[in-house]
Amino acid sequence: MGIDLAALASQLVVGLSRAMILFIVCAGLSFVLGVLRVPNVAHGSLYMIGAFVAFSFFSLFGGSSAGFWLALILAPLVVALVSLIAERALFCHLYEREHLMLLLFTFALMLIFGDLVKIIWGAEYRSISAPPFLRGSVSIFGASIPRYNLFLLIIGPLVAIGLWLFTNKTKMGKISRAAAVDREMVGLIGINVSWVFAGAFVIGCCLAGLGGALVAPTVSITLGMDHTIIIEAFLIVTIGGLGNMWGALVGSLIFGVTHSFGVLIWPQFAIVFPYAAVVIVLLLRPRGMLKSVW
Amino acid sequence: MFRGITDLKSLWPIGAIFIILLILPPVLPRFYTYILALIFVTSLLAMSLNLVLGHGMIFQFHHGVFYGVGAYTVALMLSKTSLPMWVGFVAGPIAAAVVGLLIGWFCVRLTRLYFGMLQISLGSLIWAIVFRWYSFTGGDDGIHGIPMPPFISSLNSAYYFILIVLVICMILLYLILKSPFGSTLEAIRDNPQRCEAVGVNVRRHQLKAIVIATFFAGIAGVLFVVLERSVFPDLLFWVLSLEIFIMCLLGGWFTFAGPILGAAIMVALRTFIGIFTEYWTLILGVILILLIFFLPEGVMGYVLEILKPQAREVAERKGE
Repeated sequence: MGIDLAALASQLVVGLSRAMILFIVCAGLSFVLGVLRVPNVAHGSLYMIGAFVAFSFFSLFGGSSAGFWLALILAPLVVALVSLIAERALFCHLYEREHLMLLLFTFALMLIFGDLVKIIWGAEYRSISAPPFLRGSVSIFGASIPRYNLFLLIIGPLVAIGLWLFTNKTKMGKISRAAAVDREMVGLIGINVSWVFAGAFVIGCCLAGLGGALVAPTVSITLGMDHTIIIEAFLIVTIGGLGNMWGALVGSLIFGVTHSFGVLIWPQFAIVFPYAAVVIVLLLRPRGMLKSVW
Repeated sequence: MFRGITDLKSLWPIGAIFIILLILPPVLPRFYTYILALIFVTSLLAMSLNLVLGHGMIFQFHHGVFYGVGAYTVALMLSKTSLPMWVGFVAGPIAAAVVGLLIGWFCVRLTRLYFGMLQISLGSLIWAIVFRWYSFTGGDDGIHGIPMPPFISSLNSAYYFILIVLVICMILLYLILKSPFGSTLEAIRDNPQRCEAVGVNVRRHQLKAIVIATFFAGIAGVLFVVLERSVFPDLLFWVLSLEIFIMCLLGGWFTFAGPILGAAIMVALRTFIGIFTEYWTLILGVILILLIFFLPEGVMGYVLEILKPQAREVAERKGE
């Protein structure tokens, strides 16, 4: 039984740290969804780009731990730049169009980003490693827990607090929240809504890049990681309540933890558990658990 | 294309296309016959989605699941049981419709994006099971080399079989849309509150439409197996569903023939760009963006816009 408890604890930590990654990505998606009202299908691609850019910076600095930290800071910025270019060059001309057309546009972006990644980085598997003091695992009450996962458990709440401070305490954040509720009114009082949208889009995508950079040491970086994350992210954002950051957190926790317990209970069908959890939540609370901004 | 058909005369372009398609296979190289047949299958799939999407405004985000269920049902029945083969062919669409009824029953209580999201999660559940259940569905390898009845075993006969089924399904879909049932569905699309007020059971009606659409998606799945003789879990993956969705938007989702055009464009682009470069999705993405910027009504909408003045001219001349 002792072994079982230890396995349970370490699976819980793995699930929670996975949830932190999901939360960072979903918070970005949810932010864009809340302010722009656009389901950004390309969000997963930006997450993938974040991971690949992190790999590039990491190998540029010869795999040192300084390289890791630089990658962690620079990858989200590169992703932000990419999304800013895409937004200002193309996306901003489409805001008056029908929503499904915007969805179509982000799908086209996803196709383009996917192939650009293939052209720039190739189809091989890539990996980076965390700095020495985050490698290996620590033993807590007999459960062996990877240090990097503990690191993620610290980063996740930090991002949540940062986002909360941004949306509640800064002018930019307040404007974007206002734009989410009533964009005409925001325009009427003389704020350039187009730039508010650009800002929100870039911040959301930046979070996707951060998620990609953070997940890089724990997985093999490869093409196709965009497809897996985006569907999970959409479901999490929906069960949390569209556009609600705390909803994204709750949804991510449910998704991450059910998956890791699925691994423990029935490994072959572990992937089924989080989807089943999503179905149950949606049947009980069709509009998501927390208040949606829509 | 099918808009406003009042006399048989305006049917001649469709008849001509059908006859051309009938005489093509012996002339065409094998590869092109195959591509045409693939376009037929995909067209049927896109049209079945458009029954609920364009004509019902139901955000059927995970239509691919029903296609996959139809394909897997026929594949499993043909390769694992010794039942007569036609049983498998009939069971495919029925299984798809049953799954459509189950998923639809849960989904119709929601609207719009929430409907789509619940459907994606339920569909992903089915995908995950198919993807993981190695002993039954073959897992991520899928099932290959499915035996076919002799009369559709060659590519050309499969082509004719698919074409004929497609034409029958198109006529059925057209009749469904022109029936009171179809009109009610479009009325619900345009004003659900008013429909409710005049006594239409909106949700039940939408559920019926979903079951019909999933039945046709199941037929498309069976045709896919006839053509490819293999199934794999990607048929149920959400990327395919999104692609079908895009086909409808691209072709023009408020027209009957739009999805066919969208399917043809997508399949043709993928195939022919794929020959020249491995980066075909990049080109496809660029083309999609160009279309969004310059043809907001979809390709078919644009064609109709061009055709309209000409039709008016013809009518005026007749008036003289």
